[in-house]
Amino acid sequence: MSEHKTAQQLDLEAQTEVKKIQSTAEPLKMKDRLAIPAQPMPELEPHYRARSMEEVACGYSEAQAIAEANRCLNCKKAFCVEGCPVHIDIPAFISRVAAGDFQGGIDKIKEMSLLPAICGRVCPQERQCQMNCTVGKTIKDVNQAVAIGRLERFCADYERKSGTVKIPQVKPDTGKRVAIIGSGPAGLAVAADVRREGHSVTIFEAFHKLGGVMRYGIPEFRLPKEIVDKEIDTLAKMGVKFETNFVVGRTRKLMDLLNKDHFDALFIGTGAGLPLFMGIEGESLVGVFAANEYLTRANLMRAYDKDHADTPMWPGKNVVVLGGGNVAMDSARMALRLGAETVRIIYRRSMSELPARKEEIHHAQQEGVEFCVLQNPSKILGDENGRVTGMIIDKYELGEPDEKGRPRPVKLEGQSFEIQCDTVLVAIGNGSNPLISQSTPELKVNKRGNIELEDAAINKTFVERVYAGGDIVLGAATVILAMGEGRRAAEGINQYLAQK
Amino acid sequence: MSQKTIFTPTMAKILFKKQLSPAVYQIRVEAPLIAEERKAGQFIILQVDKESGERVPLTIADADIQEGSITLIFQTVGKTTQQLATLNVGDEIPVVVGPLGSPTHIEKFGHVVCVCGGVGIAPMHPIVQALKAAGNKITLIMGARNESLFLMKEEMTALADKTILMTDDGSLGRKGLVTEPLKEICESLEKPDLVIAIGPPIMMKFCSLTTLPYGVKTLVSLNSIMVDGTGMCGGCRVTIGGKVKFVCVDGPEFDGHQVDWTNMMQRMSAFKTLEQEAVHRYGENDGHNCHINQMAKAKMEAK
Repeated sequence: MSEHKTAQQLDLEAQTEVKKIQSTAEPLKMKDRLAIPAQPMPELEPHYRARSMEEVACGYSEAQAIAEANRCLNCKKAFCVEGCPVHIDIPAFISRVAAGDFQGGIDKIKEMSLLPAICGRVCPQERQCQMNCTVGKTIKDVNQAVAIGRLERFCADYERKSGTVKIPQVKPDTGKRVAIIGSGPAGLAVAADVRREGHSVTIFEAFHKLGGVMRYGIPEFRLPKEIVDKEIDTLAKMGVKFETNFVVGRTRKLMDLLNKDHFDALFIGTGAGLPLFMGIEGESLVGVFAANEYLTRANLMRAYDKDHADTPMWPGKNVVVLGGGNVAMDSARMALRLGAETVRIIYRRSMSELPARKEEIHHAQQEGVEFCVLQNPSKILGDENGRVTGMIIDKYELGEPDEKGRPRPVKLEGQSFEIQCDTVLVAIGNGSNPLISQSTPELKVNKRGNIELEDAAINKTFVERVYAGGDIVLGAATVILAMGEGRRAAEGINQYLAQK
Repeated sequence: MSQKTIFTPTMAKILFKKQLSPAVYQIRVEAPLIAEERKAGQFIILQVDKESGERVPLTIADADIQEGSITLIFQTVGKTTQQLATLNVGDEIPVVVGPLGSPTHIEKFGHVVCVCGGVGIAPMHPIVQALKAAGNKITLIMGARNESLFLMKEEMTALADKTILMTDDGSLGRKGLVTEPLKEICESLEKPDLVIAIGPPIMMKFCSLTTLPYGVKTLVSLNSIMVDGTGMCGGCRVTIGGKVKFVCVDGPEFDGHQVDWTNMMQRMSAFKTLEQEAVHRYGENDGHNCHINQMAKAKMEAK
């Protein structure tokens, strides 16, 4: 693990680089650009931040942003753009940053993306834009690719901090009304695009606060809620209406919104809200939580703020997290911040198969989370009061690839062992929440409960005027993919309303 | 940033409030959409404080579509219910969401015995209403520690074909537990076609054990720990016939003969210590001593 450098040290180093770049009279050659060192993200010191809810990644300084942006080769064929689910013109925004035109950079991003401050923080860039980056390919290290995500975040933060956030123009009222169910990334994307066309938009949210998974799931230390508030505030200023504490399917049937309340079109973006469990003995013991519950208590209900929040938080000392995705990383790191003495992640494949964002794995390791790979529990043990005391763990090795191409974990017989713990957080994924599909027999769902689309190009369901997107269609995916789906649905809705 | 600027106010105003017993309150709350959609067996979740409050599930005791209101009956057990008890007519509850849970399956079963105890009488009220409307013969067994703790006695008695009141101390009706008359009815010529039991878990467990040998189907309404109430967190999961079910979406009603009661009660006590600490802190710090003192005084007087 490399030595920790403060934001100030990194900024000074970057300033030296920027001076070098700016003192060159000639335009930079490819060789020069490749010689600029990749700019590390300034971060809070690991020991300190492991007990704090403050955002871990502090963001680039202006000098760092300029230095990093100058690493971009401005390729004629921009492979990075192909890797972006919403096709941001990446070379164009980066060249503006390289020239110090940060406002120009954010304006360029916002042509395609609605939530850059969020996506810059939570997108799995190393598997999208940055995976295709020529710089990374030339150096033969994806970690050395141009830090597109960090630059995106820098631009968005620059605009927010300078108070120049522009409210997108809204066309004159059309008198047509669109209902959006769920205020997560998919729903917010639809809201912005549909509202811009002058249609009235109402977002229905089951919780008392807006943002969906960005509110209840992703923790403060990775995505400050102030940023989510700000993005939602922009929508509010565009005239989008919000109905919180409203469970479509229960408070009102989905079809009633169309037929009784006369909405002209409707978008379902309810997410993947149904936690999966392992199906092993002992999973109902006290001390076993779905990651959803653990994170919802901590984030949405603010249970980490023990002096003020009424929602109690389980005081786990020795915590085990099952799973290897972003939710597992979030749960593990949250457990540390809530006072756990040991936190272990148990994953049945190896480190290289972990599905989480690379940065999150790295952060978790730095903060002291232990990774126990090629392991999987077969039983959770409890005491006479039904409380968790430990687990039986089986060992695994990697076998032949499965249908998705990932190596299949194969159990090693006779190598099981017992560990002790008082808390188990299950983060092995989510199914789709059945509330809407059960109360709307008109919708078609597949056997996993995901809503099926009649026209995937515009995310239209088999019911007229009803569109759907995000995790409720995809299964558990990412913020950016949900947003991409939302944008397609918005296009479909706008087309339909224009013809009506 | 103030979030009030972006949220449509969905505050639920308290229209009526009545203290039914030292620790039990009845309130009628403005909630027109919930009043319109709710069916017997469903519940709501409320929060007294939107920023730092907890989410508490409460069953809907009654609804008035004309007025656009629902009736809630609650016992002051934790900090939130104690805070709720301090609100008065005209005050607003910042979060009321519902109706949640699957409604009770209502049809003409024949003879239905409804057993309820304590605040379990409140959720039983709409169920008895619906069963009666479907043409069932209703025998009601209501239990309480003493006469003063019976809720909705007149309303409930009026709905039932026959009512049996049970008290621990014999201050009203028969002295003893609700399972005694339940057993007698199971053995009688009027053996029930269905039993519904709602009350403390221990009562529901023993009602289920009482009817098991007679093969009488017995429904219970579980009130486990919940956060979201929409199936998203899995906190309310219970084991029913060896399978994991979520009380908030699959329930709250389940076959009492299939419930893993030991696990259910263990899970309900998961946060007990923390909850007691919260109540204690609330009583000490929040200047609402009066209410705690009232309760203590009432207990003393009851002795």
